[in-house]
Amino acid sequence: MFGFSQAKIERNLILLGILTLITISIGGLVQIIPLFAVEQTIERVGGIRPYTPLELAGRDIYVREGCYTCHSQMVRPFRDERERYGHYSLAAESMYDHPFQWGSKRTGPDLARVGGRYSDEWQVLHLRDPRSVVPASIMPAYGFLDRALDYRGIADRMATLRAVGVPYTDEMVANARADLEAQARPESDGSGFAGRYARARQVDADADPARITEMDALVAYLQMLGTLVDFSEVTPQQLRQQ
Amino acid sequence: MANAPERDAHSGTTTTGHEWDGLKELNTPLPTWWLWTFYATIAFSLLWLVLYPALPFTGTGLLGSIARQEADADHAARIAAAEPMLARLRQAELPEILADAELRAYAIAGGRTAFGNSCAGCHGAGGQGAAGGFPSLADDDWLWGGRLAEIEQTIRHGIRAPDDAETRLSQMPRFLADGMLTAAQVGDVAEHVLSLSGRGTDAAAAARGASLFAENCVACHGERGEGNRELGAPSLADAVWLYGGDRASVARSISYARAGVMPAWGARLDPAVIRMLVVYLHSLGGTEGQ
Repeated sequence: MFGFSQAKIERNLILLGILTLITISIGGLVQIIPLFAVEQTIERVGGIRPYTPLELAGRDIYVREGCYTCHSQMVRPFRDERERYGHYSLAAESMYDHPFQWGSKRTGPDLARVGGRYSDEWQVLHLRDPRSVVPASIMPAYGFLDRALDYRGIADRMATLRAVGVPYTDEMVANARADLEAQARPESDGSGFAGRYARARQVDADADPARITEMDALVAYLQMLGTLVDFSEVTPQQLRQQ
Repeated sequence: MANAPERDAHSGTTTTGHEWDGLKELNTPLPTWWLWTFYATIAFSLLWLVLYPALPFTGTGLLGSIARQEADADHAARIAAAEPMLARLRQAELPEILADAELRAYAIAGGRTAFGNSCAGCHGAGGQGAAGGFPSLADDDWLWGGRLAEIEQTIRHGIRAPDDAETRLSQMPRFLADGMLTAAQVGDVAEHVLSLSGRGTDAAAAARGASLFAENCVACHGERGEGNRELGAPSLADAVWLYGGDRASVARSISYARAGVMPAWGARLDPAVIRMLVVYLHSLGGTEGQ
């Protein structure tokens, strides 16, 4: 086709170089050009905030344990998904995710709107032994998450996310450890924490106030998924992408 | 190493002209049908690019298709189709739904489906409940009441739901953890609680526990442990135990209390769907009044 034979291209270094450049450019442009449209892609809805330090620690556990290999976080705009999971996911809802957790396979259900669907107690029992509450489940047990959470580096992790565009303020980074502990201990004074993170709930998921565990962090993360946008207040105009 | 291509006598195909140590490579062409299928997919992709919103900054594509709008329209069409029945469910008094055979059958069928999606995770696929604080809904042993309006209230506002101001609330004291009873006293009260359902083994301990029970427990659980649905206080005199009815489990409940949480569904489910769930759940036990 087009008079290019393999033999001719193989023998002409400049022609080979030019054709290679064109091919790679197409691949690159397909990935790069849509990034210029990101501003139009992200819906202008209210309520989206960065993760609290405890939720962020839980998210890191979610990634570490590979939850995304079996659970998606993307309710697609189909009738059946809306019936089961709720409103389809918005780009805005994962704009502070680095990397996003949309996933590509559902061995278990989608988790984009799992927040608040179950009690904290259920989440803990289910993570420790999924079959104790869902007999047909094939999910592995994660009882080892009852160990202490290592959050020494939480402020650094938030500062790192700020470097890639997550709007953590200096105040949030400076109070990272205190905010994490305040959220994990409902009895503590959470006024400063609540002022920095709207609609964040103080939760001691495993009901053990003496320790802050990985279980506490993961459940705090799961319980906020998909809850930031109040869809009763969202107008169709705000959902427009172009 | 590259020579002029030559025709291979055995296969009738030309070679590439490459030769390594006497080995030559056949240049077998791709099957024609495969090649044209490949070209067709390229043409199809170009067509797709202009028909659907594939390119940034170009709007919706020639078909004017936006997946989200189509999903919204699909959803609206489904709601519109169901709306006559849903409206009847929303407007009727709850007992009227039971009296109307058509409405009742519709509600039970829809309620079963909604239950599978939203409730079965905790209460089990058939409403049988699960160990660890998830009550069976398939009997008529109700914590907060099993009449239609009571079930509706519970589903809509949940139990100790953190995000609902009208949620059902009650808090049992942590008798051991908060120093209201000693460990020995907790054991005595547990013995008395077991005796309420005829399972006591230590009459002396039960007698000591009875006075402590009268001081600390009867306000919610009743003199004979019959429970109080106004407060979500379970009966202690029957064989149904939410957190286990053995001595150790009862002592643990007295020591550290229990406070099960159910999410509020009023903001998540259509009021008509909640009413379907109410009728479905009420039918599972079946002996509770309206």
